[in-house]
Amino acid sequence: MAIAKVNGVEVEFEPGMTVLQVAELAGEEIPRFCYHERLSIAGNCRMCLVEVKPGPPKPQASCALPAAEGQEIFTKTPMVKKAREGVMEFLLINHPLDCPICDQGGECDLQDQAVGYGRDDSRYEENKRAVEEKAMGPLIKTVMTRCIQCTRCVRFITEVAGSPEIGLISRGEDVEITTYLGAAVTSELSANVIDLCPVGALTSKPYAFEARPWELKKTESVDVMDALGSSIRVDARGAAVLRVLPRINEEVNEEWISDKTRYAVDGLGRQRLDRPYVRVGGKLQPATWAQAFQAIAAKIKATAADRIGVIAGDLQDAESLKATKDLFTALGVKNLDSRQDGVALGAGPRESWLFNSTIAGIENADVVLFVGANPRLEAPVLNARFRKQWLAGKTRFGVVGEQADLTFGYEYLGAGAKTLSGLAKSKNDFVAALKAAERPAIIIGQGALARADGAAILKAAASLAKSMKVVREGWNGWNVLHTAAARVAGLDMGFVPSEGGLATADMLKPGALDVLFLLGADECETAASDAFKIYLGTHGDNGAHKADVILPGAAYTEKNGLYVNMEGRVQMGRRAVFPKGEAKEDWSILRALSEVLGHKLPYDSLDQLRAKLFADHPTFGQIDYAPGSVATVFDVGALGGDGEVSDAPFESPIKAFHLTNPIARASVTMAECAAVASGAAKIAAE
Amino acid sequence: MVGILEDKDRIFTNLYGLHDWGLEGAKKRGCWNGTKDILDAGRDWIIENMKNSGLRGRGGAGFSTGLKWSFMPKEVKEGRPHYLVVNADESEPGTCKDREIMRHDPHLLIEGCLIASRAMLAHACYIYIRGEYVFERERLEAAIKQAYEAKLIGKNNVHGWDFDLYVHHGAGAYICGEETALLESLEGKKGQPRLKPPFPAGAGLYGMPTTVNNVESIAVAGTILRRGAAWFAGFGRPNNAGTKLFCVSGHVNLPCNVEEAMSIPFRQLMEDHCGGIRGGWGNLKAVIPGGSSVPMIPAEQCEDLPMDFDALRNLRSGLGTAAVIVMDKSTDLVRAIARLSYFYKHESCGQCTPCREGTGWMWRVMERMATGEADPKEIDTLLDVTTQVEGHTICALGDAAAWPIQGLFRHFRHEVEERIASYRSGRLHVQGAKLIAAE
Repeated sequence: MAIAKVNGVEVEFEPGMTVLQVAELAGEEIPRFCYHERLSIAGNCRMCLVEVKPGPPKPQASCALPAAEGQEIFTKTPMVKKAREGVMEFLLINHPLDCPICDQGGECDLQDQAVGYGRDDSRYEENKRAVEEKAMGPLIKTVMTRCIQCTRCVRFITEVAGSPEIGLISRGEDVEITTYLGAAVTSELSANVIDLCPVGALTSKPYAFEARPWELKKTESVDVMDALGSSIRVDARGAAVLRVLPRINEEVNEEWISDKTRYAVDGLGRQRLDRPYVRVGGKLQPATWAQAFQAIAAKIKATAADRIGVIAGDLQDAESLKATKDLFTALGVKNLDSRQDGVALGAGPRESWLFNSTIAGIENADVVLFVGANPRLEAPVLNARFRKQWLAGKTRFGVVGEQADLTFGYEYLGAGAKTLSGLAKSKNDFVAALKAAERPAIIIGQGALARADGAAILKAAASLAKSMKVVREGWNGWNVLHTAAARVAGLDMGFVPSEGGLATADMLKPGALDVLFLLGADECETAASDAFKIYLGTHGDNGAHKADVILPGAAYTEKNGLYVNMEGRVQMGRRAVFPKGEAKEDWSILRALSEVLGHKLPYDSLDQLRAKLFADHPTFGQIDYAPGSVATVFDVGALGGDGEVSDAPFESPIKAFHLTNPIARASVTMAECAAVASGAAKIAAE
Repeated sequence: MVGILEDKDRIFTNLYGLHDWGLEGAKKRGCWNGTKDILDAGRDWIIENMKNSGLRGRGGAGFSTGLKWSFMPKEVKEGRPHYLVVNADESEPGTCKDREIMRHDPHLLIEGCLIASRAMLAHACYIYIRGEYVFERERLEAAIKQAYEAKLIGKNNVHGWDFDLYVHHGAGAYICGEETALLESLEGKKGQPRLKPPFPAGAGLYGMPTTVNNVESIAVAGTILRRGAAWFAGFGRPNNAGTKLFCVSGHVNLPCNVEEAMSIPFRQLMEDHCGGIRGGWGNLKAVIPGGSSVPMIPAEQCEDLPMDFDALRNLRSGLGTAAVIVMDKSTDLVRAIARLSYFYKHESCGQCTPCREGTGWMWRVMERMATGEADPKEIDTLLDVTTQVEGHTICALGDAAAWPIQGLFRHFRHEVEERIASYRSGRLHVQGAKLIAAE
């Protein structure tokens, strides 16, 4: 540890820190625009100027200056004050005075710092500069006259997102931020530039002119759009969720969220199921809760338990899964499944379906093999970590599966199961590196496991993992990349068919069942099944269209609930708004239904339900804990089952990134994004 | 010839292109003579002699060239080759010395590149040449071809030091003459200066140890080492040693490039080489002594002025590139500086806030000062703005934009004030009076 003085106070710091960081350690606030902890240092805004001794007799940019032993840092001297006033004045001379109509108002770095560090008036008497707006796609609204050229957006898109589509053109006072020929930004992380923009140059297009930040009720919650469980803040006004922002969580999403996480929320107000429905004469008719429950009770009481099936969806909270499981197990039902895609996981120890290295821990891996996974589409925020590793040159990546643009370099080994089973004996250079690696990792995706021969592929991957010693003392490199937010919770509580029960695919066959209970299950094709279908969910989507009884439930922003992400971390989602119309929280619907069915669930409140959940499945009690942080050794080689292996190449289950769940499919913004991504909509450049 | 420097002591003996520029001609003039002995003397000998010669960088900053070379790592680490980069992006208004070297004495530069590369253990050198210098690039490339064919450079050359020389053509941006912006541009990126530290000697071109030198600094190296450090150090005042190319332009009777001893009195330089000031010495008004970016000095300070780094620094100006811009009493100094302000506004890279916004602001105010339309109180505002730009930016372009204005007001503030006053006299409305229709 070295020691420096900040305004006369001694501070200990780690060698390698910058002057800005040391000053922050000492509790001094250093104003900045271009500097951002997670981006490379540009040093161009000049707002963070401080006085440093020993050094030249002029202020220094603290963001870029390495702190040194015995250095004296001054942040409050007249020289620093004058320099900050000067920079602030320069920034403002060409910045429009349009704060009253600017969406950044109230959360604008320029506004705040102008108050804190600027002069009281401007001496600039010339005309202000105006800059043309740029087209950046359906998410990013530009008012480029407000831009202060900090280049945070350029650095984010280039470094973190890995699709260098935003740049700075021209020079001097004519510099402009733009996309190439005004094309839409294609990155799945593109909207993070809106958060990064310190002024109102890049703002949220769907949220334009919706609200002021001080009007919003802010609720800290968890995202369900993918299995990462990003930490989010849900901003709502009245009954409407207006926007979602990322929260900093170093263990999961750092500071980023995907565009889907951020913008699917307008789907929460569309296509909603806001009252119960019962199908009468082939048409769905509005009904009361009592009528709906009666219709269900009549059907279920008349049906043998082995003719009843339950399929749970991808967005469910753990409590509703638990209540469903408890209810139907009490009825004697064995046909329970939370795996709509039929993924070959659920047998074996918990480690077999977790992302064991943990999301933050995967950065320690030195050689990583992807099997049937496309992390860019399946977990874009996680993908940014892989890119970060790759940029640091620390990690070698190999892919068996789709040869997609993952924003980082990898060695392509092959397309499918044949390559996978041949790898262990392959003389391939990458395989040798994997074998020799200190912390090798295999990341297996749903593209490999969610198919008819999934069990056999799992076996092949598991035996490769064993021969590569992917699981060893102090390191567990067996990682499953999930796509569904509810999947790990379902597997953790054993929401899979009991002995002799049917799995999803079998339940959906014609004639297999008489009653099918769909708990928010929209990703499986139920048309072939001739069973009486009960749908509990939020949106008029696949599941509801074919249902005979619809029970309106609560979306993830409308209920308190636990979610388990792919690394096994239990996280708490919180209610930001109330459910729509007559809709209720899912667990309370199930509790009410259980009474009608004569098998009253033994809990009257969410707390009691949680207590039961924790008692039955203790892992759920460990909130915010990722089990992989303590590496556990398990017999990875024992995973999987026998069977024919098809030669079909591994394909990611995600065909359209923006349309993977009922909320996103109801979202207008996501529809626009999907149109741009698929090339259906032409943007500016053409 | 008159002046201080005798013909026998000139380094650039073909400065005016009167003789053969090619290899044969250059050899006759002494170039490539004993180069192998110099290289064989080794890194330490070369650097020691360069230090002793007192050569200060000819690109404007005046930093000791030998010392700069000594900052390069003493050993080449595995996978970290050293590079020499020659800055031939000569864009400073008033300066035209490197151009003459490259088109008339290119072999001096090539030889200097080889020697400097030997001193810093580099096997590759890039010459970054200004975009507008098309003919000079062709001439330089032809000379390099000759050197390759004669096995003077290249792999397995007669000097026993493998050495490749590449010419890179710039795209015409002034900022690419800043050494780190030059490196960015050379790497194929946008020419914007880098943050320092790290300095190029630690992480320069492609992140490898690199030294960037001016054309003249490199081109004189061969002759210095041939004739000895003491010979070179024998010219000029202490700490301002050697011979120097002066580029004299403006209101002199014979504008010229001339190689002279450092510290030559300004008046002697004018009268011996430039045919005197237009209209006689008494007609001199002001001089910009080192290229457009240094502050001007008024005529009364020029009387006994030695033209060297220290003397000009003491006058709060600088020798810069020794591009002397002479202005006689017919000159509209305010107009002239306003034009320079436009140049810096146009050439700012736009990276740092003070320079990006400040250069445009200063230029606009200067334009109004030139016509007299400005408000008298704006003078102090303008000067305050120049101090807010100066020293607050990554590179020195902000300083370069501020200094000419500061120089103008330091010595000729009264002129601006008079102009504003004369513009305002009789124009009541600009003084704030409301014009009222006659009733």
